[in-house]
Amino acid sequence: MLDVLQLSCRRGERLLFDDLSFQLDTGTLLHVRGCNGSGKTTLLRALCGLLRTDQGEIRWRGQTLQSLAEDYYQDVLYFGHLNGLKGDLTAVENLRVAARLAGYRCGTGAIDQALARIGLGGYGDLPCRMLSQGQKKRVALARLLLTNAPLWILDEPFTALDVDAVAWLQDHLAAHVSAGGLVVLTTHQEVALTSGQIQRVDLDNQKTASMKTPC
Amino acid sequence: MLTVVWCILERDLKLALRRRTDVLTTLFFFIIVVSLFPLGVGSEQALLRQLGPGVVWVAALLASMLALERLFAADHEDGTLEQMLLTREPLPLLVIAKVLAHWLLTGLPLVLIAPLVALQYHLPAIAALAMMVALLLGTPILSLIGAIGAALTLGLRGGGILLSLLILPLYIPVLIYGAGAVTVSMIAWADTQPYFLLLGAFLLLALIFAPLAAAAALRIALE
Repeated sequence: MLDVLQLSCRRGERLLFDDLSFQLDTGTLLHVRGCNGSGKTTLLRALCGLLRTDQGEIRWRGQTLQSLAEDYYQDVLYFGHLNGLKGDLTAVENLRVAARLAGYRCGTGAIDQALARIGLGGYGDLPCRMLSQGQKKRVALARLLLTNAPLWILDEPFTALDVDAVAWLQDHLAAHVSAGGLVVLTTHQEVALTSGQIQRVDLDNQKTASMKTPC
Repeated sequence: MLTVVWCILERDLKLALRRRTDVLTTLFFFIIVVSLFPLGVGSEQALLRQLGPGVVWVAALLASMLALERLFAADHEDGTLEQMLLTREPLPLLVIAKVLAHWLLTGLPLVLIAPLVALQYHLPAIAALAMMVALLLGTPILSLIGAIGAALTLGLRGGGILLSLLILPLYIPVLIYGAGAVTVSMIAWADTQPYFLLLGAFLLLALIFAPLAAAAALRIALE
């Protein structure tokens, strides 16, 4: 579904990655690894189409991102370093705006339910600036529950989360992958899936390895 | 498509209501600048009448400049701008929503306060009306053109100064025709028509091209 062909990217004088190719089919999780500054975020932003790369192509369902333009974004959910939450708005208001921007209409009921599932039931009416770092992250992650996008691009989704939230996210990712979704994520911790396929890209020595976990 | 415009507009207005200082600073800046001139040049009626239109317009330009820097910067800092770029809605449409919210919060109050300001300069009622119409047509142009500058200087250090240097020269036509309309209205109301028509034409042009330019600048700024 998502094909990356001979992608290379340069930031200033430094070559971040060169001739990077991989193919992701439905039901795959791609774990992008690499030390700090190796270009993980850059790769993810390129996959979102936020960043133009020097060479190479990214294709989604056989079409290049340039030709898809805005149509690509109805299939993508991007979760960046910044949570994308307004401190003065409540969690519910933030999520409602996020859902509308993504093209979904969510009632307050659906949003409350999503917040409850992520362990923030009862926090929905607090302005987000009153929440702790981990709670903000959880609110932002609640977007995963309000979307139908098949491709999730997640940049360091596990930071600042407590053990329960990490476990919840792992389960949720596994469920998405086993339902035929695609996940691309960066993290420094090991990711285990109960089902589905994990691919790994190591930006330090740029080799793609494939590993199949038994279903 | 319109639901997204409404959604962004509603969000920005709600945010402004929860943080009223941003809106009030613009309005009070305008009032204070306008009030300083009669104190400085004396209260001679003929002189004030002559100065009035120009001073009010310059103050309006500077006041609309004041809040411009924050137009996209706040969304840029917390990552919501990134999310706006990653929607299937056309970005220029979202820019229009942001600009509309900006105008409602910073431009419209100036239009409404204009008659009060006109009193300070001994402007007749007809000139106060001309000033309101001219500001009503002119201030949205300021917000639209300003959006291009705000997008271009997004994320730059010292962007505020650069923004004024970039944008203020582009405001000159609006200043000339806006102040001109008020001056002419004191002689004959019928003669104001070409001024208003020209301001209207500028507004239409800005409405078509400014969101496209600002959207392109935003994409570059976020790369």
